[in-house]
Amino acid sequence: MTDAAVANKDTPSTAAAPPEAMAWDNRARRVVTIYVPLACFVFILLFPFYWMTVTAFKPNAELYDYDTYNPFWIAEPTLDHIYKLLFETSYPSWIVTTMSVAIAATFLSLLASVLAAYAIQRLRFRGSQYVGLAIYLAYLVPPSILFIPLATMVFQLGLFDSPLALILTYPTFLVPFCTWLLIGYFKSIPYELEECALIDGATRLQILRRITLPLAVPGLISAGIFSFTLSWNEFIYALAFIQSSENKTVPVAILTELISGDVYQWGALMAGSLLGSLPVAIFYSFFVDYYVSSLTGAVKE
Amino acid sequence: MAGTDVSAHWVRPHIEPSWLARLFDWKPFLIFICMLPAAGLLLVFLTYPLGLGIWLAFTDTTIGRSGVWIGLENFEYMMGDRLFWQAVFYSVFYTAVATIGKFALGLWLALLLNNHLPFKSMLRAIILLPWIVPTVLSAIAFWWIYDAQFSIISYVVVDVLGWRDTYFDFLGSAWPARWSLIAANIWRGIPFVAITLLAGLQTISPSLYEAALLDGSTGWQRFRYITFPLLLPILAIVMTFSIIFTFTDFQLVYAITRGGPVNSTHLLATLAFQRGIPGGNLGEGAAIAVSMIPFLVFATLFSYFALARRKWQQGESND
Repeated sequence: MTDAAVANKDTPSTAAAPPEAMAWDNRARRVVTIYVPLACFVFILLFPFYWMTVTAFKPNAELYDYDTYNPFWIAEPTLDHIYKLLFETSYPSWIVTTMSVAIAATFLSLLASVLAAYAIQRLRFRGSQYVGLAIYLAYLVPPSILFIPLATMVFQLGLFDSPLALILTYPTFLVPFCTWLLIGYFKSIPYELEECALIDGATRLQILRRITLPLAVPGLISAGIFSFTLSWNEFIYALAFIQSSENKTVPVAILTELISGDVYQWGALMAGSLLGSLPVAIFYSFFVDYYVSSLTGAVKE
Repeated sequence: MAGTDVSAHWVRPHIEPSWLARLFDWKPFLIFICMLPAAGLLLVFLTYPLGLGIWLAFTDTTIGRSGVWIGLENFEYMMGDRLFWQAVFYSVFYTAVATIGKFALGLWLALLLNNHLPFKSMLRAIILLPWIVPTVLSAIAFWWIYDAQFSIISYVVVDVLGWRDTYFDFLGSAWPARWSLIAANIWRGIPFVAITLLAGLQTISPSLYEAALLDGSTGWQRFRYITFPLLLPILAIVMTFSIIFTFTDFQLVYAITRGGPVNSTHLLATLAFQRGIPGGNLGEGAAIAVSMIPFLVFATLFSYFALARRKWQQGESND
């Protein structure tokens, strides 16, 4: 339906031209106005990743010599930087920490969000829409405002330097988002199904477990993916609450542990960035459609 | 026969519902239980710290020592602090320029993607990539691209194209560093804006364009009077988010410049971090963080009332 509109869009300007010129004109116009800018966009959006990958596999000799080697290509690919990263730093333990924090925070937030979204959308108590609004507003509170008071709380609770501090604080931005997404999702499930179950004598919890949740699985997957990537992305809390090297998350560790002194190990830095991005990118590529639909759905809501 | 089967099972819970089952079927209790985890987490780790942060802003707390109430002293100090005003200026400038750039380019990309294209869903997946990858990690890639000696941009411009004689000094002095950070922020923001606006574009009915064509409209008129007004509601929401998260941005600046050179690229968030955590002055850091709240409230109200109110007017005349 969109291409119909596009085809029409081009007609007025070319309507006066003879048919064969029009066909050519249309195609040339399309190339210039659509494909060329699109190619530029894709190139600019992807170039940093290409550059990251190329740098990660270049030996140091090539890395700092643009005169003899073409910087856009690798003459002799090497795994040195990756080897160094995996075996001479605590990279594996950073990955494990990040992964476990992300998974635990995701589960905690999903549990809390499912119950809250169900209560707000389906149990419908007085003032439930205000609770929904409050949760939406909670999403607008950025971590940059919260990290200082949270740091003092983490100190007082004795959680400083422990991954548990991250697992407990990440839900502050995950729960509002997931709840919001799931409220939208529950809305799309017909209420009649639940009424039937109620008449059949099911309890509310049975309805949630046997009827609503199975139907909301796509929504749960979207919320889970979002939570996982957001937790993997998180930086400021992990920077403020974690001190010891082995408990750091990947983004923080790369920035604080791999940079020693004034000489930056660009090869190792890029290898670390590449390996740190890969899990999220792979995870994302499996669920692109869920991701896109929930991103757009959440905004449209 | 299936019906009889079900009814046989169906009677049993009515005969002996345990007190626990009855409790869980009692609506007020169930609501309480369902809301408890989310409300508990948010109250303890969001609402309470928000209040605590405001309280800390009025104390002289440092790391390891709980402070005493000192009234407005932190704020008075900030008023006379040139660095604070510089951070305020750069935060506003960064947000304004980056938002304009993101939305101009993002809208353009969304309009391009709204055409009939081969491999459309793959293209969409690729375009979202900068938004998926952890910001810090792509920021490190930008740091390398902006390197003074080995910048690939400088290499192309100077050695390949010969447009300049000297390499760019992206991060060495104040203004180039500021613009470089804004460029990196725009790069990261385009995908989100483009994909969400694309979703908005796809909800616009093609019959509106057909009607406009019959009336002899030009391409610009169709954009101005159909696409743009119908996109406004979604634009308002996306812009509110974008403004809030750009204004309070931390990762990008911290990863690329750490506020340097000579503190010229500090945003309020990085300044608050620097004073609060490594500097140890939690009270002062909290005061800087709290000073972001009025800007955020203003930005939210602005985008809500400037953009979203028109949606209601349209909604009444259109639907």
